[in-house]
Amino acid sequence: MSVVQTEQLTKKFGHFTAVDHISFEVGKGEIFGFLGANGAGKTTAMRMLCGLSKPTSGKGIVSGYDIHKDTEKIKRNIGYMSQKFSLYEDLTVRENIRLYAGIYGIKEKEIAPGTDLLLEELGFLKEKNTLVKSLPLGWKQKLSFSVAIFHNPGIVFLDEPTGGVDPSTRRQFWELIYKAADQGITVFVTTHYMDEAEYCNRVSIMVDGRIEALDSPANLRKNYECDSMDGVFHQLARKAKRQAD
Amino acid sequence: MKQFFIFVKKEFYHIFRDTWTMIILLLLPILLLVLFGYALSTEVRNTEVAVLDHSKDAATERIISLLDMSDYFDVIYFLDSPEEIHQIFSDESPGLVIVFSEDFYDNIVHTGEAAIQLLLDGTDPNTAVNISNYATTIIMGYQQELLEIFSAPFQIKITPRFLYNPEMRSSYNFVPGVMGMILMLVCAMMTSVSIAREKETGTMEILLVSPMKPLMIIFSKVVPYFFLSCINLVTILLLAVFLLDVPIVGSLVTLIVISLIYIFVSLALGLLISSVASTQIVALLISGMALMMPVMYLSGMMFPIENMPVFLQFVSNLIPATWYISAAKKIMIKGLGFSSIIRETIVLSIMAVVLISISFKKFKIRLE
Amino acid sequence: MLKYLIEKEFKQIFRNPFMKRMIILFPLMILLFLPLASNFEIKNINLVVVDNDHSSYSRQLIGKITSSGYFILTEVSPNYKRALKAVELDRADVLLEIPFAFEKNLVKEKKSDLMLSINAVNGTKGAFGSSYLSSIIRDFSSHVAMEWLSVSVSDQTPSFHIKTQFRFNPHMKYPVFMVPALMVMLMTIICGFLPALNIVGEKEKGTLEQMNVTPVKKFNFILSKLIPYWVSGFIVLTIGFLIARIVYKLIPAGNILTIYAFSSVFILGISGFGLVISNYGKTLQQAMFMIFFFIITFIFLSGLYTPVTSMPDWAQTISIFIPLKYMIEVLRMVYLKGSSFPDLISQFIALIGFALFFNGWAVFSYRKVN
Repeated sequence: MSVVQTEQLTKKFGHFTAVDHISFEVGKGEIFGFLGANGAGKTTAMRMLCGLSKPTSGKGIVSGYDIHKDTEKIKRNIGYMSQKFSLYEDLTVRENIRLYAGIYGIKEKEIAPGTDLLLEELGFLKEKNTLVKSLPLGWKQKLSFSVAIFHNPGIVFLDEPTGGVDPSTRRQFWELIYKAADQGITVFVTTHYMDEAEYCNRVSIMVDGRIEALDSPANLRKNYECDSMDGVFHQLARKAKRQAD
Repeated sequence: MKQFFIFVKKEFYHIFRDTWTMIILLLLPILLLVLFGYALSTEVRNTEVAVLDHSKDAATERIISLLDMSDYFDVIYFLDSPEEIHQIFSDESPGLVIVFSEDFYDNIVHTGEAAIQLLLDGTDPNTAVNISNYATTIIMGYQQELLEIFSAPFQIKITPRFLYNPEMRSSYNFVPGVMGMILMLVCAMMTSVSIAREKETGTMEILLVSPMKPLMIIFSKVVPYFFLSCINLVTILLLAVFLLDVPIVGSLVTLIVISLIYIFVSLALGLLISSVASTQIVALLISGMALMMPVMYLSGMMFPIENMPVFLQFVSNLIPATWYISAAKKIMIKGLGFSSIIRETIVLSIMAVVLISISFKKFKIRLE
Repeated sequence: MLKYLIEKEFKQIFRNPFMKRMIILFPLMILLFLPLASNFEIKNINLVVVDNDHSSYSRQLIGKITSSGYFILTEVSPNYKRALKAVELDRADVLLEIPFAFEKNLVKEKKSDLMLSINAVNGTKGAFGSSYLSSIIRDFSSHVAMEWLSVSVSDQTPSFHIKTQFRFNPHMKYPVFMVPALMVMLMTIICGFLPALNIVGEKEKGTLEQMNVTPVKKFNFILSKLIPYWVSGFIVLTIGFLIARIVYKLIPAGNILTIYAFSSVFILGISGFGLVISNYGKTLQQAMFMIFFFIITFIFLSGLYTPVTSMPDWAQTISIFIPLKYMIEVLRMVYLKGSSFPDLISQFIALIGFALFFNGWAVFSYRKVN
């Protein structure tokens, strides 16, 4: 059963076609990378899948719900982490978790123990009452991710989650992603770090609003005769007519 | 040096490209001038009057018609009994209820026991006192008529001359005040918000990394607002002269000089605020509320300083706008020369120097 | 779900040191200090006299003027030029020149002249200075008449008395007028504009977007943003009542509950207006400037300082569209005249109208922008 299914999904802003008839499927527990240059349409596409924006045409199903009609149901069943972060800087770690847990319908009495469990796993239980703004960037990212999946959604959308940290911190972040995927949570992640593309099960590359390639990283490297995803990307991106936004 | 101008140009772009910044900079002064020049007035017009006349003779008729003929009053209601007075105040809220005693004219001439009672709605004391004064003046006009009819002896004729503002326009009093407020607003608020915003969005750091000296960066932020204040000054003066008919009787040069000093003071205040404000909202709230309110209330712009309790008068002297407004009035309205504003000039210059030094010092510390 | 959001909002407000100051300190300062300053009364008029006569009558006249309580004699000048300097430098507001042979003329020819020069920059002050002085001088001439004619004044000089009484505010306390109106201004800022700034702040930071992805309904989100400010508004209103009573000895003649009821409707309307601003303001700075622009217009045209009836017609027309005007009327009428709900129906309807209009506009403008 695919967790995400799109068919000719399109988004136009006036005469400008941001997302141009894309069709693809993502399976349960898959780590799906959504790549593309800035302005290629990845964020717009993801926003449609999250129920944030209405498609101009085409179909899309997320976790079994229609992205045209059932956006409310979609929102209840997904997790989301944006590049600008999701946590309130002037609330503590515990308060942030409590807020999101409550919003996603976790029962009051389950929140506190769940919080402690989560923080123990992450290894910063003692920062429970620290204001988020005092945390280092890497910790904020990991915390955001954990909060995004706290309510056990079927799929979590990550929009450029690892900006601004060093490679080893990014690796640690991806450990968390693997763990989530192992638990059956589908991970839909946009990124422009090509090394991260290697961590995904399958990767799609968007150019000028269309999906120009969709396959596992290994297959893509073979087909485009490159040593790295970086090379694959460059071959495809050269065709791009649109400049970055 | 070239870098400095590039930064200044950047600041101008920020300003011109944002609609609401332009609105505040250019339209707000006009709005305030129009408000103060036309809309806000402590004058009384077309006040509704209710009359309870126990005599209904020639004297009362004359007084009533004097009141009605004036611009200030409209005699509308005629009451029949004292019981109706309370009712009319709650129903129609007239500004004035006037009660004539019985046998009014007879008493005037023979016994001196004639009485007029003025009953006013004291909810708004300012207006009530004004109404009372206007009514009294008009009624005393009748007294004067009587004196002339009876050629009573010992008349002292008074010839009043109204200096500086013969037509008694309230705009003469307000316009210098508005000038003080606008210049303070543009300089302090805009400058502080602009700098606080760079701090908040982090772009300040980028500027600091550039080869420009930090103090020059700050300076480059101040320069555009200095120019805009000058433009505002000119705009306000033009509007005041041509739209509101407020004259500039004295020397324009002196006015401009003192205005420039005041602008420096306000800019320095803006810098000071931005050095303590961590975010834009804070900068706005401090300059908008904490600065604007005192300027409006305590600078003599709206309310006379001499009416205030002593400690507020003291605070008033700490506000730069107070001194500027006093100087502007002397030059613009009274047409006096520089010698009359020596005190104001000294005070403002000291304020400018002190504030600029403090804010530069604070900035040096923060930036390093 | 709403409970978690409201919890978050309250925590954020309390953690923000500036917000706390805004909500507690700022109202206190406004209510304590501003009513003391806001006084248009004409009193303590500074007088400079040039006495060219130096006669007993001229001295008597001066004495009479100074003992009236309205004037303060700041100096007696030897000539007009020096006296004028006093007026120029704001040391005096009124210049009285008593001509040479004042007393002689009065006695022999039964009339005399006086010259008055009045600083009319403050037109109102000038006018009243002139009229007060005129009435004092008139009184003086009656006294002179009494002396010389040794006849009862009333036989020769027809006159009457004027007695003045101020209703609803017999001691003519100015705070009576200002404090209720200031409370309305504070409610406007706290319940209308602060939430708008809050929302736009979240927009700028990006945390608003995060909320959009969650199952939180927009309505609940907005509600959670407004409720803490509504609560603050009521707290400030209550503080206002307390200050009015304790500091200014103002006791409302009418029912305070009426004021609370009207305030609820008013607050609903004004936060709707704040929401409209938050929809149109893309950045914090834009929102701030919009708010500032409207605060100025609202405050001045609402009758807070000067009565609406004194304004020119076009200004009065504009004031019809300002919610503050009606709320200020309600507060003043309940406090000072003891008005009750039936007297205030027109204001109630107006406030409901505003609530519907602004909130409707907020919903409409939100849909458009998104």
